[in-house]
Amino acid sequence: MDLDIHKQFRVDIKEHIVRYIFFSFAFLSVITTVGIVIVLLTDSVIFFSEVSIVEFFTSTRWSPTIKPVEFGVLPLISGTLTFTLVTSLIAIPAGLLAAIYLSEYADERVRSVLKPTLEVLAGIPTVVYGYFALVYITPMLKSFIPQMSTFNVLSASIVVGIMIIPTIASISEDAMRAVPNTLRHAAFGLGVTKFQVTTTVVVPAALSGIVSSFILGMSRAIGETMAVTIAGGNLSRMVNWLKPGDTLFEPVQTMTAAMVEIGISDVTGDSVAYRSLFAVGLTLFLMTMVLNMVSQYIKRKYREKY
Amino acid sequence: MSEMQLTMNESKGTVLSSSEAKDNIKKEKVKGIIFQIMCVIAALFGIVSLGALLMYVIYEAAGWLDWQFISSSPSRFAEKAGVLPPLVGSSFVIALVALFSLPLGVGSAIYLEEYSKQSYLRRFIEINIANLAGVPSIVYGLLGLGLFVSTFNLPHGIVLVGAFTLTLRVLPIVIVSSQEAIKAVPDLQRHASLGLGATRWQMIRTVVLPEAMPGVLTGTIIALANAMGETAPLIMIGAATTMFTPPHGIMSSFSALPLQIYAWSDFPQSEFQHGVTPAAIVVLLVIILSLNGIAIYARNKFYQRNRQK
Repeated sequence: MDLDIHKQFRVDIKEHIVRYIFFSFAFLSVITTVGIVIVLLTDSVIFFSEVSIVEFFTSTRWSPTIKPVEFGVLPLISGTLTFTLVTSLIAIPAGLLAAIYLSEYADERVRSVLKPTLEVLAGIPTVVYGYFALVYITPMLKSFIPQMSTFNVLSASIVVGIMIIPTIASISEDAMRAVPNTLRHAAFGLGVTKFQVTTTVVVPAALSGIVSSFILGMSRAIGETMAVTIAGGNLSRMVNWLKPGDTLFEPVQTMTAAMVEIGISDVTGDSVAYRSLFAVGLTLFLMTMVLNMVSQYIKRKYREKY
Repeated sequence: MSEMQLTMNESKGTVLSSSEAKDNIKKEKVKGIIFQIMCVIAALFGIVSLGALLMYVIYEAAGWLDWQFISSSPSRFAEKAGVLPPLVGSSFVIALVALFSLPLGVGSAIYLEEYSKQSYLRRFIEINIANLAGVPSIVYGLLGLGLFVSTFNLPHGIVLVGAFTLTLRVLPIVIVSSQEAIKAVPDLQRHASLGLGATRWQMIRTVVLPEAMPGVLTGTIIALANAMGETAPLIMIGAATTMFTPPHGIMSSFSALPLQIYAWSDFPQSEFQHGVTPAAIVVLLVIILSLNGIAIYARNKFYQRNRQK
């Protein structure tokens, strides 16, 4: 009997230990988030004691290593927004229409092949997309647009647009498939065509999911690094959006590309340039986090319940 | 189609004659067909473009991709160049990522699904994981740099730091897919096990885990395929873009295939742009696509087995 109690005790202890081990694993994700924030903040705080926060957010010149050094993040934000905007103009219509096709038109057999094939687009490494943009797409575009620069926004945006299509398509498609068939049948009963049912009933009913997929796609483009580093050039400048040629065909430098440029240089751990990495990283982190939260909020808040 | 057929215009108060109505119907039909064609084009646009690019890159790689290429080190002479050091580096790092992320990911998922049913803590951790999945990969590079290199004083660009950084990067994917797999195990089986007197951990170990394992592995392999293509985080932790010797231990410097591709894509010589780089890309893609293929195969097998039950 005594032995049994001991055994029971050992089993109980083991149960508790196992539980706490798994809890600590799950809690690691919280620690990761806290770690990201602390790491970004620590070096950013030191950075902002060396470079004024006013200069960082108002100066229009980014030159972390070449003298005279200046740390204005605006040109990088300008580059990132330009790249994100052009990428969205490609990925959003393609992703939405692909989602409509998958949800409303494709039969089950086509869908079961098309959907996983689309997912492959998101599985190709961005460094490979960058090579495609620089070595294949740009020369091809140049034969139509001779004034195009070797490094430009358009090529990088085309490949990243292709990469983001599955993100937008799969979330939008989920939202459209969640629209109950009764709504479609009611509309068909009024004698309208499939096109009208899709555009006036299904898409509006699924709008919250669709918009949230757009925002998530844009957030992906903002954080995208290698394709825009390889094919977008590394020229930090303020982009003039009123001139399409300046926006599309000229090089830019995004926040991410600027970080890679410092990352591969010989900048040492104890310098302003090194710490500027974390200030730019913090800006990038906040921008993507806000967009991700807005995307989740829209999805939750405006979801139609059927 | 009767003459009584009315069109959408009726709502505006105008009743159309039958010929006008037929015209309108025809117009709507044409619109519908054009729209459907646009949708098909959109769905195929990305796939066809990527397919063409892949075919071209394979065509360019064809003359370069041989045993010499796999077994040599990078060189400034195109015909001597190879990918052995980055290939070994990538494989080494990914093996460690698998070793770290599988227990951590499955353990987290078990805690969330089996121990913390519907608590606030669970919701908090889950929201956290969802947010982490949306953090750009380059930010994980900064985390690795700031935490492992600056704070723990590990050397720049070593295998261990690369593996830690990529593990944190892919952990959200592994956790979420493991949760899905664990959720798919029917409660009936849990109750049967507990009813026989098993403790919670015994039930998880002998019933839930074996049942969920194929799904867990599928998710983990997909996560590893993602990690294999990651470039930016490795640049931030100071991994070399070119190494001439493979890493010999967890504390030695390494390069990875995507980093070598990045380095070569900058080379202006045609033999590099249109020969060596495509060959390295094909090597990387073969690894990534076969990992994905294995995952999809495992998932299909798994579903077939479940359906037969």
